[in-house]
Amino acid sequence: MLGYTLKRLGLAVVIVSLAMAILFVMIYLIPGDPAAVALGPRATEAMRESLRVKMGLDQPVWVQFWNFFTRAWTGDLGNEVLSDRPVAQVVMEQLPHTLALIAGGMVWSVALGIPLGCWAAVKRGSWADRVVGIVSVAVIAVPSFVVAIYALLIFAVTLRWLPAIGAGDAGDLGDRLTHLILPSLAVGLGWVGYIARMVRASMLEVLEAQHIRTARAFGLPETMITYRYALTIAILPTVTLLGVGIGQMLSSAVFAEIVFARPGVGKLVYDAILTRNYPLVTGAVLVTTVLFVLINLLADLLIGALDPRVRSRF
Amino acid sequence: MTVLAIRGLNVSFATEGGDLHALRDVAFDVPARRIVGIVGESGCGKSTLINAILGLLADNGRITGGQIVFEGQDLTRADAAQMRALRGPRISTVFQDPMGALNPVLSVGRQMRNIQYRSSLGRAARDARSAEMLQKVRIPDPEAALSRYPHEFSGGMKQRIAIAMALMMEPALLIADEPTTALDATLEVATIELLRDLQDQIGCSVLFISHHLGVIAELCDDVVVMYAGEVVERGTVRQVFRTPRHPYTARLLECDPARQSGRTRHLPVIPGDLPDLRNRPGGCIFAARCDRRGEACAAPQTEREPAPGHRARCILAEAT
Ligand SMILES: Nc1ncnc2c1ncn2[C@@H]1O[C@H](COP(=O)(O)OP(=O)(O)OP(=O)(O)O)[C@@H](O)[C@H]1O
Ligand SMILES: [Mg+2]
Repeated sequence: MLGYTLKRLGLAVVIVSLAMAILFVMIYLIPGDPAAVALGPRATEAMRESLRVKMGLDQPVWVQFWNFFTRAWTGDLGNEVLSDRPVAQVVMEQLPHTLALIAGGMVWSVALGIPLGCWAAVKRGSWADRVVGIVSVAVIAVPSFVVAIYALLIFAVTLRWLPAIGAGDAGDLGDRLTHLILPSLAVGLGWVGYIARMVRASMLEVLEAQHIRTARAFGLPETMITYRYALTIAILPTVTLLGVGIGQMLSSAVFAEIVFARPGVGKLVYDAILTRNYPLVTGAVLVTTVLFVLINLLADLLIGALDPRVRSRF
Repeated sequence: MTVLAIRGLNVSFATEGGDLHALRDVAFDVPARRIVGIVGESGCGKSTLINAILGLLADNGRITGGQIVFEGQDLTRADAAQMRALRGPRISTVFQDPMGALNPVLSVGRQMRNIQYRSSLGRAARDARSAEMLQKVRIPDPEAALSRYPHEFSGGMKQRIAIAMALMMEPALLIADEPTTALDATLEVATIELLRDLQDQIGCSVLFISHHLGVIAELCDDVVVMYAGEVVERGTVRQVFRTPRHPYTARLLECDPARQSGRTRHLPVIPGDLPDLRNRPGGCIFAARCDRRGEACAAPQTEREPAPGHRARCILAEAT
């Protein structure tokens, strides 16, 4: 397991480095002078020149890249334009809100998707299976911002069961959680459908396997066969899917944060783009990338922990 | 004493092209402490027969007639819970494919502990029992083997583990569906000797299915020859192999099992095709491929008994 972990970790470092390089090239290729954009139309040429020197834009491109790369790895993402605070600090302040939102989305999708998929597979061909199939496709088809808006209108505005905006009081965990329910539902609902379909398909495959026949031939109880013998295998593709799906959840989080006026990295990037705060955009994108890679790493390690065959291959 | 008696068993599968009559009027006995071999070409219904006995027929399969009497109880009338109570403790099974027969994500010890779920023993006692069984099938370092996973064992070891699991419950009947077909020749011999040793210790009956006539001759006391879902001939190994009374058996034996190399996995080829099981011929099931058929073969055939205990479903078995 140690060798496996180290290999995955090494791969993660390579991917983050590549992402940094791509991000650098993209910023470099954006037309226009970053110093001019940052200072606005009323700045003098001298002011722009001094900012360019301060930002290192007078250096050759490979020096710029090397500086960006080494600083980024040490957590220095530069300063943002409006308040001149370190970008890393600003992003990190917002990150926990987004993490909570995505974790909430995961909880919804896993807690509903896995039992639904399992149920549909066990009751294959029944009306229950058909209903789960239709509901799955429906929730996949509805965009998350539509879910967000309707959830807000129904549960917060009309029924007044749950709070409409913000993230709740910092010291009050219950308040934080009630503020999380609707936005995380918006992030996770589509994934309920994906996971239910995925779990159903892989359950059907696993239930046909020879070792399930063996388990039945020993008269094991059906619940043990379904949950201990079949689901533990059928869950594996879903873990991989979720690791990759984090990227999509991150983009749903942007909408959820805007609709529910929640703090978070998505809201931060949105505001930064509107105010052309490019260092902040770059920093937030980089942090999100690292987050994505880390969660994928976690998913890989989880697969290794769940599947002895994968573990031994490394 | 008869452990298992099968009488007039009929099984059909509902398919798109109509009902597929996979077993017709199957009858034979498995006496106590005897090893009964079932031999027949691929598709003749061997696995269907096992699944019918175990109550594990595919969803589209149905027993349309007959009885499966196990220790005095007719299994065709047993409900799902009664069948589950029998599977494992009274009837255990070893399947053909050792690679896929064990769960890949659960350790061997966990799987062996799980199948003892009915036992009143504690966890440590169950694990000790598992290790003892692994010892019996000659798995090296049985205690350590319990914490390992199936992919860490070779094919032959996996098959021995499967045998250990099946015999752990000390069943009255062990069903083995081509347990050695996936193994190479030396392993096949070793596995068969092991099976016979253990059968002797436990004193169970065995229903042993194989493609390999040599293995059947070596291991079994009685043999049942199946063709296209019917039992065409049955008797002791000596009766059937020395004096086959059904032309199908005779054709099978023409290539002397002793001369077959260990690697041959298939029975000798007989010209012609298997009959369509959706439209079974009215007369003798083998007539279309039989070089000794006569006019009488167009009528349905009953079992003749040319010698005590030796039965063949052929008109030629009447004349002595
Ligand atoms: N679920 C099913 N639905 C329809 N037909 C089936 C089904 N299971 C088996 N059959 C048919 O029943 C017949 C007997 O199949 P079975 O698997 O019992 O043969 P077998 O003797 O075990 O063959 P093999 O030696 O290849 O394992 C075959 O014609 C097969 O196509
Ligand atoms: Mg078979």
